Amino acid sequence: MNCSEITKKYYRVNRLPHIWCPGCGHGTLTNTVVRAIDRLGLNKDEVVIVSGIGCSSRAPGYLDFNTLHTTHGRALAFATGIKLANPKLHVIVIMGDGDSSAIGGNHLIHAARRNIDITTIVFNNNIYGMTGGQFSPTTPYGDLATTAAYGNIDKPFDLCSLAQGAGATYVGRATAYHAVLMQRLIEKGIQNKGFSFIEGLSLCPTYYGRKNKKGNAFKMHTFLKENCIDKKIVDKDPEKGKNKIIIGEFYNNPQPEYIESYQVITDMFQGRGEKNGEV
Amino acid sequence: MNDKGYKLVQGNEACVEGALAAGMRFFAGYPITPSTEIAELSSQRLPKLGGKFIQMEDELASMAAIIGASLAGMKSMTATSGPGFSLMQENIGYAAIAEIPCVIVNVQRGGPSTGQPTSPAQGDVMQARWGTHGDHPAIALTPNSVQETFEYTVKAFNLAEKYRTPVILLMDEIVGHMREKMTYKNISDLEVINRKKPSCKPEEYVAYRPDEDMIPPMASFGEGYRYHVTGLTHDETGFPTNSNEISERLIKRIVDKVEKNIDDFSYFEEYKMEDAEMAIIAYGGVSRSAKSAVDQLRKQNIKAGMFRPITIWPFLEKQVHKVSFQVKEIYVAEMNLGQYSLEVERAACKNCKVSKINKVNGELITPEEIIEALGGRYEL
Amino acid sequence: MDDEKVLLQNIKWCKGCGICVGFCPAKVLKIKNGKCFVAYKDKCIFCGQCELRCPDNAIYIGGKK
Repeated sequence: MNCSEITKKYYRVNRLPHIWCPGCGHGTLTNTVVRAIDRLGLNKDEVVIVSGIGCSSRAPGYLDFNTLHTTHGRALAFATGIKLANPKLHVIVIMGDGDSSAIGGNHLIHAARRNIDITTIVFNNNIYGMTGGQFSPTTPYGDLATTAAYGNIDKPFDLCSLAQGAGATYVGRATAYHAVLMQRLIEKGIQNKGFSFIEGLSLCPTYYGRKNKKGNAFKMHTFLKENCIDKKIVDKDPEKGKNKIIIGEFYNNPQPEYIESYQVITDMFQGRGEKNGEV
Repeated sequence: MNDKGYKLVQGNEACVEGALAAGMRFFAGYPITPSTEIAELSSQRLPKLGGKFIQMEDELASMAAIIGASLAGMKSMTATSGPGFSLMQENIGYAAIAEIPCVIVNVQRGGPSTGQPTSPAQGDVMQARWGTHGDHPAIALTPNSVQETFEYTVKAFNLAEKYRTPVILLMDEIVGHMREKMTYKNISDLEVINRKKPSCKPEEYVAYRPDEDMIPPMASFGEGYRYHVTGLTHDETGFPTNSNEISERLIKRIVDKVEKNIDDFSYFEEYKMEDAEMAIIAYGGVSRSAKSAVDQLRKQNIKAGMFRPITIWPFLEKQVHKVSFQVKEIYVAEMNLGQYSLEVERAACKNCKVSKINKVNGELITPEEIIEALGGRYEL
Repeated sequence: MDDEKVLLQNIKWCKGCGICVGFCPAKVLKIKNGKCFVAYKDKCIFCGQCELRCPDNAIYIGGKK
């Protein structure tokens, strides 16, 4: 196949090209996931990629791991079952903005609260793309969507604050433009023994971009380039963060992990010879 | 357990013991009356056996988690009641199309909605068949005693594993909360079936290519067979397809693999049916009243019998059809406004009269009520 | 070192979004017939911006073999 070595190694190349629209940020973000896995040298047989429903959720189908394309919003609940059943597996969940924070919002906060060792990556394109451009919980206030014909009156979620508030122990944000940062955050997220949440700002030139006159994919990338600023800079000089999108590592605070805590309970009964049928 | 090898346990407890005997090592659930004891006992027992218990944030998540765990190789189960069963329907459909073995226990209570949380009902019979959208297979078993709850929970797991499909154990509050003796003696003699694994090399594995029995061998995530699982209609490789032909073939196969094997798991009881001229059809808790009604009617020289389906889905077409030829009238007694009776009417093909005995006030139908319902036609 | 590198494409996967064209610092790329086209091969500095930003894995820096 005519492609790079890393593509050949980690993609199901016979499934490509993917279904995403020209310029969609999801392809670039998927590559950041792949490069992070490559950098960490994970065994492909021990990686599980789980997704929900929507544009973002098509990513696992193109990747050569154990892949699970679940129902809308429920990816983290499926992933919880997988991780608990076989803690040796590296479980990575890819979701969209609507997927993770509207229909799946409850699963997100509870997976974060448990601090279960799952790396969650949200491809946030501020819109429901698969269904044709309805506003999502991250569509900015006032923006247009097919179901917000007169401007969106819903206030958007700050997904990273949401995840951190719910108990995620590693939190960061990057963008499809900031692909190297994105990759680094994913690497650290996978390494964190606990619930990691990485938001990747994507771009949807087809629906969100066109409806809100954001220009073509290059222009939308340029917007991300010019309007994002790293948290480290803002920490030193908060003025610089005004009217900007803050990116970077937000939170890195390891806490007891859910399955390890469960293991402590299981270990109490080790060697007691409990069998079926005994009550 | 006493030295005679039996113990007094609750139906819900028997369900957990059956599940553990069948090899359940993963339980995910959400508290709901009247099924909660199943979650409670699972949470106590599983860590001792190296298994996993998790209380999820809702029933949507519980159902999702057991599918995930099953994919990772663990036999898994959830338990719920009416409102929770409604929430589980979404991912029961997922388990059906993606062919993931798992067991769902529904201890029925009064509905719709919050209904009567602490009262028995049998209003979820049709939901157990058609609850999730789209055409799909359904296996549902309905025990009527504590001992049977134990045994049929084992069978539910066996069928889930053998046919790679979600299996519903359709209990009711009567059976879930009753206490009876349950024998443990022959626990090692129980037949336990495990899912068929691929014998080929990973690079030769085509995840959804069925064998002659219509069932594809199933690898667990992490075993080196990297494959794709989706709720979209898919081809034999497991990847989504837009082909109308392949989609239809898939749906027909997942339905056929269950329905064409119905003889393998047609569980039922016939009570005094040999010379019966009238039959009461009842299942679950109500069948206990029906049996008593038969005994009382027999004392009055009325040739009554009972046909009790344990396999409630797929419908026992053949057996009910046979009953319809034998008797003059069938009475279907159920704690709903007539659900199973619709299927009985269909299968009876007007060979005999089919009447209904229904009750939805949150109380069990009594033997006397059954006898009384018959009284209009039979001089007692 | 650059002698060992080569700019390669899988034109079948290219959707012509133009991101690589926009970000190429050496202005090597153009859109032709709705696809990315290497217009000035010799000007390529092998920085890898196109590969990093291409959503479709359709352009990459390979080694000459």
